[in-house]
Amino acid sequence: MCGIVGLLLKTPTLHASLGELMVPMLVGMGDRGPDSAGLAVFTEQLPIGELKYSLYSGRQVCDWAVLLATAQAELSDQATLQDNGNHAILTAQIAPDVFKPWLVQRYPQLHLLSAGRTLDLYKDTGGPAAVAQRYQFETLKGTHLVGHTRMATESAVTPAHAHPFTAGEDFCLVHNGSLSNPHAIRRKLEPQGIHFETDNDTEAACRFLEWRMSQGDDLKTALEKGFEELDGFYTFLMGTANQLALVRDAFACKPALVAETDDYVAIASEFRALAHLPDIDQAQLFEPAPEEIYVWNV
Amino acid sequence: MERLTLDATVSKPLSFDLRQTSLRQVNQFLHRELTAGQTVQIAHPDGAHSLAVGLTVPAEVNVEGHVGYYAAGMNQQARVTIRGNAGPGVAENMMSGRVHVTGFASVSAGASAHGGRLIIDGDAGLRCGISLKGADIVVGGSVGSFSAFMAQAGRLVICGDAGDALGDSLYEAVIYIRGEAKSLGADAQFEEMRDRDYEALHELLSEADLTHDPRSFRRIASAKQLYHWNANAQQDY
Repeated sequence: MCGIVGLLLKTPTLHASLGELMVPMLVGMGDRGPDSAGLAVFTEQLPIGELKYSLYSGRQVCDWAVLLATAQAELSDQATLQDNGNHAILTAQIAPDVFKPWLVQRYPQLHLLSAGRTLDLYKDTGGPAAVAQRYQFETLKGTHLVGHTRMATESAVTPAHAHPFTAGEDFCLVHNGSLSNPHAIRRKLEPQGIHFETDNDTEAACRFLEWRMSQGDDLKTALEKGFEELDGFYTFLMGTANQLALVRDAFACKPALVAETDDYVAIASEFRALAHLPDIDQAQLFEPAPEEIYVWNV
Repeated sequence: MERLTLDATVSKPLSFDLRQTSLRQVNQFLHRELTAGQTVQIAHPDGAHSLAVGLTVPAEVNVEGHVGYYAAGMNQQARVTIRGNAGPGVAENMMSGRVHVTGFASVSAGASAHGGRLIIDGDAGLRCGISLKGADIVVGGSVGSFSAFMAQAGRLVICGDAGDALGDSLYEAVIYIRGEAKSLGADAQFEEMRDRDYEALHELLSEADLTHDPRSFRRIASAKQLYHWNANAQQDY
């Protein structure tokens, strides 16, 4: 069992309250996922060429000031860094194919959580209330987000196995359910040069969909291919730079509920996570149908 | 834990607010203190799980808002009204009484219910009435796929449409549908409507305050081809 939450704010004046509105949603799904929590927040887009890299040092202490100085000396003197405990976001005009090998060489102990022009990513072990407090989720601002509370059923409880998973740039996915053919998907993708970081089933779905989009599919076409190739139970919630997307497997084994008002679209595994939202009594509520693709644009 | 008791002289409906009183306290009151004929109002369920489960007396429980998993499960005799939507497994394994959801119900509504009546004004999700064992379910809207799967006894009335595999592997339960089923399940078949079907439908629809003409429904029941093993079928059902 796991919990998923998503929030897309239609009203720009609410963007400053994104984190504040979301924290009770994530905490509300704590019973469904007490062992890890994670969040992908989509913020204002950086200019073309600039990218944000979300970094995670796990239990080790990283001297982020030294990392920034090294990055400025070796990659881009314009690089900036915002650190938050064992997470940091490095922003710079550095292409991923330059940054990733550099990181592996200079800081092999660090984990690259995400890359993109809009996406910041946090994930860690612990209950959602503790993780939200650790990284001050209530202060986060942005247009939309994707969050997850994990109850591990098929692979280890580590920050790397926590959701959201990312692939490529500005794409992330959270999953409630279990896939029965993640190894087959992996065997299909690895010969094409796609690298996996964990043995988690959700990572296979995330990399499959991103691979389809890198081959020219739009999100909808990639998801239709996903219906054919991904076997198992799933509610997937995905975020891109300007969209949230939601699908459920043909048997709708895992729950999902959508609440929509003039101000927001909120998605959660259960109503419990939505009950505190403003104007929820006036919201249009519905359960997404199986094998239907729901997409909301910022 | 503070134990909630009721003054027997109180005649007005007793009210709980789930933002003030814990779910466990409310459920314990309903189990230990509720008496026949009493009316209880429950405000702000906010999607709570297992609310008003296991009631055993002919009392009235009105829930004002949306509930989570398994609301009013195992109900006996009580009349439970949920003014909102219900999560998975509403009225699961109900034995008797009546459960009414004014909004929509998620998956497995009325699963395995032995008796009583479940009325859902809106749509019901997948597997509505799965393994039904004698209860009647009236759905004002549509139902999802695999509804009435392996239903053994009882009746499922669908005023809207149904998803795939409606009535798969039915035993003696009967389905009445007003709209279209995307597909029928193995061994389910349309059958001729007879007088007793119209009478049953009239009664079930009236109880649910629905005014549809019983003549606008079709009957689905088991062809009973799965009752005995057929080696020649080559597993092709």
